[in-house]
Amino acid sequence: MSSGTEANTPPVAQDSAAGRSSTEVREEAKSVEFTYRGIYQKTLAANLCKHVVMAARKRDWLGSTIQRYGDSPERNGVPAKQFAVIAPDEMRLQEHMAKYEPNELDVITVLDDTLCDGVESWAFYGRQPINLRLRRGGTLLVISNRSAEELLKVIPRKPWDWTLAILPGTPSLGGLWVYRDDGTDMRVLGAIARTRPDIFEFSAVESVVNEDEKLGEEHLAALRDGYEEVVIHEVAAGVGKEDDYEPVRLPGYKEMREGIIVEARKLGERNPDYKTSSDRTMRPVVNFDTCIKCRQCWLDCPDECFDITEEGFHPVNYDYCTGCGICAQVCPVEDCIVMVNDLEFIEEGNEDVFPMWKEDKEAYHRWREEKIANGRIEHHDYFNADTWAWSGGKQADRTS
Amino acid sequence: MTISKPLGRQTEKLTTGTQAVAQAVKLADVDVMAAYPIRPYDGVMQAVAKLIADGELDAEYIVAESEHSQFEICKHASAVGSRVFVGSSGVGWMYAMESNAVTPSLRLPVVAMIGNRALDDPGAFGVEHNDAMAVRDLGWLLFWVEDAQECFDATLMAYRVGEDKRVFLPVGLGVDGAFITHSQTLIKIPDQETVNEFLPPYDLGERLLHPDNPISIAPQANEDWVMEIRKQTDDAAKRVKGVIREAHDDFRRLFGRGGDNPFFEEYMTEDAEYVLFGMGSLGLPAKVMVRRLRDRGEKVGFVRLKWFRPFPDEELAEVLGRFRAVGVVDRDYAYGSPQHGGVLFTDLRAALYDAERRPRVVNFIGGLGGRELTPEMMDEMAYITKRAAAGETVPTVSWIGVRE
Ligand code: SF4
Ligand code: SF4
Repeated sequence: MSSGTEANTPPVAQDSAAGRSSTEVREEAKSVEFTYRGIYQKTLAANLCKHVVMAARKRDWLGSTIQRYGDSPERNGVPAKQFAVIAPDEMRLQEHMAKYEPNELDVITVLDDTLCDGVESWAFYGRQPINLRLRRGGTLLVISNRSAEELLKVIPRKPWDWTLAILPGTPSLGGLWVYRDDGTDMRVLGAIARTRPDIFEFSAVESVVNEDEKLGEEHLAALRDGYEEVVIHEVAAGVGKEDDYEPVRLPGYKEMREGIIVEARKLGERNPDYKTSSDRTMRPVVNFDTCIKCRQCWLDCPDECFDITEEGFHPVNYDYCTGCGICAQVCPVEDCIVMVNDLEFIEEGNEDVFPMWKEDKEAYHRWREEKIANGRIEHHDYFNADTWAWSGGKQADRTS
Repeated sequence: MTISKPLGRQTEKLTTGTQAVAQAVKLADVDVMAAYPIRPYDGVMQAVAKLIADGELDAEYIVAESEHSQFEICKHASAVGSRVFVGSSGVGWMYAMESNAVTPSLRLPVVAMIGNRALDDPGAFGVEHNDAMAVRDLGWLLFWVEDAQECFDATLMAYRVGEDKRVFLPVGLGVDGAFITHSQTLIKIPDQETVNEFLPPYDLGERLLHPDNPISIAPQANEDWVMEIRKQTDDAAKRVKGVIREAHDDFRRLFGRGGDNPFFEEYMTEDAEYVLFGMGSLGLPAKVMVRRLRDRGEKVGFVRLKWFRPFPDEELAEVLGRFRAVGVVDRDYAYGSPQHGGVLFTDLRAALYDAERRPRVVNFIGGLGGRELTPEMMDEMAYITKRAAAGETVPTVSWIGVRE
């Protein structure tokens, strides 16, 4: 769209976010985080960061974006972060440059709601709460079809009030390689404009879209949709999951062994310091009654998650399961391993479910069937199917 | 400081450091690029590949099977008259060292982006300057950039200086991994016409390897030849500073950027009693710290070295002689060197030895393996330097931000 028409009046279906106006504390630099799934959403996050800066330019602010370097966004599904920092002038922007990440975030945007229960990036920082660096009064914006109540069971509490904004939707692959743009970036930008006009006003981002020849009417529609659809919840101090995060203690050079040596694990032990479960969007649920103990899952799991019980069964150690779905694919028994959306397991966490089966098989089956009914995911079907051109290993019809 | 208005049209673009280098590669109309992936250099591979795919740049893009071949390809392409672009990081760059070591003697103006990275182990990919410094004595010119804008500017500068007939030497651009390669800022990009005015076409003249010009490059050379070859490179290295000055004047005139001094940048030094001195992205936290300390009435400044090779010894002696103490920040190490200090520190002390007015010079080793250098760390360094300026006894070399 390059017509350069007069900016439309922003839709006014709901009141602007309570307590904030675009004229408040304008002199401060602002930081916006996008937490995303490695590879799948890297392009989306980069695109969003760029637009935050371009929208800030509309009021003559400067901006910069930072990819958190310790992340490894080239790895499938690994939680990763990119930041946009905007500031009224060069001096204040410099305070935020040559850094890995901002100290405090005004807005944290979560592009996949299964990230809400913590992120452990490839570079070891421990499993960090999703809202770790959220500033007092900050906004956590989540793309999700779940309720605030459900999400707050996994999002840690803060000692101050903050805002949870939910943009209805499923995780997107928008813009990745050959996948069709599905307007998610626009919807997120619309939602930010609505909840945080102090970052940018709707008219600012709208004029960025208007001036971009590659973007058209459908993008503007998505922008408006995000603005209108986002639902805002004020969260009081102390509401949310108990925060049990402890920063990792790193040793000094006098304590470390010389020659870059660390203790290895003994045979059969698992590494307590490096768990990979925050890579996971979905988890395998095993039917121990139909299992034929063939060990195929145990053999093929790339993360060696399957323990072997005395009885020869193979329960999953969920602390280490990345949710790749390989076990469900190789298991020869139909529906013996089923992949289920990870947010169906808020109560269970990473707990071993094998004892539950041993104790009461009927209860286990009721539990298992309910999980499957609510959150079953077919292989490669986790991300928004509208943009997914490859499905079930076959090339899908890409007619439009 | 007088900065003239740039000639021509400049457009604003949000880019990472590597994308900024790619924009300069495009405007320099590079003919051949050879590539092999390693973090953090590899962003420039993707950026140049995209420019070619989008039809914005017409160049040969060769993906090599290793860094060794990658640098060999560009060295040879340069000999047949192609303007080349190459680069790597950390141990990848070291793997190409056999090729890199001979490029200056062949007098081929290869331009390489060195995305500064720790020399592993264990799989470290954060910034350290030791990788690029491996060629500091071999005839490579080395420039360290501060931000994405300087990535763009220094790339054009590298072609202009390296390809000058009085020089004909390869140029390495030190680009701090993560802080510059993985962050985007708004940069100004000049138009093609103005770039063409700044950068003449690559012309090897009678040294062009071509069937119409039968020459053989680098036949076997034994003890009868080598010392003379070295002396030629030494003479060329001595001519570089004059060429940089000319290029810098043109750069400022045409693009309206670049500061007063072609070799280093002085920040709030006018009435300073002591300064910090360093290279690369640490300029940003250093400037933040200097402003904060100035607000508290401290007479502190910062000097950022841009050209590390050639080392601007006389120019630095003149400027640094104004201060009582200089705190040199090294993002590198030089085990067993004089005072066990860093590379920059050792060079600077050598440069000041004959100076009439010699400041006290203390050294800080910090930011290794990509550790962030925060304004608070800079504050600590400034405090030690201040005490040195006051004649107090302070350690000559301090490691900053290392866990005990
Ligand atoms: S989904 Fe299955 S195969 Fe993949 S990591 Fe988890 S247990 Fe292993
Ligand atoms: S692959 Fe399936 S049937 Fe075989 S042991 Fe694993 S769960 Fe049981």
